[in-house]
Amino acid sequence: MACLFEMHSLSASYDTNIVLQDVNFYVNENDFVGVIGPNGGGKTTLLKVILGLLKPVKGEIIFNKELLDGNKIGYLPQISTGDLSYPVTVTDVILSGLMLQKRVFSRMSVSDKKKAAMIIEELGLAGMSGATLNELSGGQMQRVFLGRAIIGDPKLLLLDEPGNFVDTTFENDFYEKLKDLNKRMAILMVSHDVGTISAHIKSFACVNRSLHYHPSNEITYKDLLVYGCPVQLVAHGDIPHTVLKYH
Amino acid sequence: MEANIFQYGFIVKGLLGVVFASITAGLIGAYIVSKRLVFLSGGITHASFGGIGIGYFVGINPIVGAAVFAIFSALGIEYLSGKQKIREDSAIGILWAFGMATGIIFIYLTPGYSPNLMSYLFGSILTVTNADIVALGIMSVILILYFSVFYRTILYISFDEVFARTYSSYVDIFKYITTSLIALTIVLNIRMAGVVLVISLLTIPPNIAMLFTKVYYKIVIWSIIAGFAGTATGYVISYFAGIPVGATIIFTLVIIWAIAKCVKQLAEKIAKSDPGGIRSSRI
Repeated sequence: MACLFEMHSLSASYDTNIVLQDVNFYVNENDFVGVIGPNGGGKTTLLKVILGLLKPVKGEIIFNKELLDGNKIGYLPQISTGDLSYPVTVTDVILSGLMLQKRVFSRMSVSDKKKAAMIIEELGLAGMSGATLNELSGGQMQRVFLGRAIIGDPKLLLLDEPGNFVDTTFENDFYEKLKDLNKRMAILMVSHDVGTISAHIKSFACVNRSLHYHPSNEITYKDLLVYGCPVQLVAHGDIPHTVLKYH
Repeated sequence: MEANIFQYGFIVKGLLGVVFASITAGLIGAYIVSKRLVFLSGGITHASFGGIGIGYFVGINPIVGAAVFAIFSALGIEYLSGKQKIREDSAIGILWAFGMATGIIFIYLTPGYSPNLMSYLFGSILTVTNADIVALGIMSVILILYFSVFYRTILYISFDEVFARTYSSYVDIFKYITTSLIALTIVLNIRMAGVVLVISLLTIPPNIAMLFTKVYYKIVIWSIIAGFAGTATGYVISYFAGIPVGATIIFTLVIIWAIAKCVKQLAEKIAKSDPGGIRSSRI
């Protein structure tokens, strides 16, 4: 299985505040990695480094140029980086996901618009193509942003806390949709909601300044003890539920 | 005969002024209203008055002074609120008053005849020179080209800057260019509507347009049309009634906005009481 990117002893910081230290990490094609860890532990920073929004202060990130050509990364940010009352339609928001393959002066072609219409249909947003974001519910809004993230057929999809604005009626649909997408692209999903995501992910990475990769979706007591991740453990099957104290 | 030619030239100048003011105000107005930069633009407008005062004092064209002040204050507000972590509205408030104060001090320090302050504060078509009209015309062309060539890029940066940064390294360049164009548009329209009123020339037309459409480029087009209707009507009324043109234009625009708002609410009421009507069947 081909590797999409690798990080080698990478460190990242805001000013002098080191957020990620000496991280070694890779994501393969068709991976579905959950990124867990405490708030302020560097989960979003990890995504920023992958997206190129933050330059590492040490180490490097190497992309597989064949697979991630033209930075083919889809990105679903945490809620409301955009102005929700901005006069921009659902179709236009989804089309903006194509900008990473376009030049600054490019226009949208007929086939681009057809594709946007297809995604609107696929995500259950039929009839809302001309609506603005503030006319939608939280779950619908999130589907619009998911549409924006996937319209460019990315090989890697980054999701930052997608559980934040899921309405419960859509939650199962949403994870089903991700499972479906995972056949075409690797997914890296940041969440503090370990319990919900562990049923859907294939492996997980624990981020708290350092990063520890666990190539299964079973988060065991031993994992947490050895790697010192102060997270709540809600596991499935035979593994008992445990809440760890802070350390 | 001479009077006729003068009058003819005056009318042509006025008409061109109205057309170019509507185009520039429509394009920039739609942008600042959508992106909630109306207060920022108000700050830029008043800060530019400092440039007008200094222009008089050193004997250069006051509009050139205003342009320099407007651009520096616009970029200054972005710098202060970004890097220096001063609250943006406070930064605007400071530069707003600082510009006005500077302008007043320098105009009082200027020896001899005190210039026609009123025409800068409230606008006067009489003092609009041919050069002003040419400058507004060039600005119209630049803005039309800029917004039509880079339509998607500008729209998406404006809507979601954080996301735009994930695919474009030009976000800051576009922001600085657009901010400078806002500043220049404001300054060139000061001649028409004056420092105090120009912000309404930018704000009212997009608000009329947004009553009827949510698609950005349609907002721009309808802003220009609404702006033209308001400015042309206001211009004609002010000419025949002998009242200040800037104030008349703003007054007319507000009336148009109020009528449009009523029409919209009436249309919504009718649509609601007609469940089998066109609106519901289309959705």
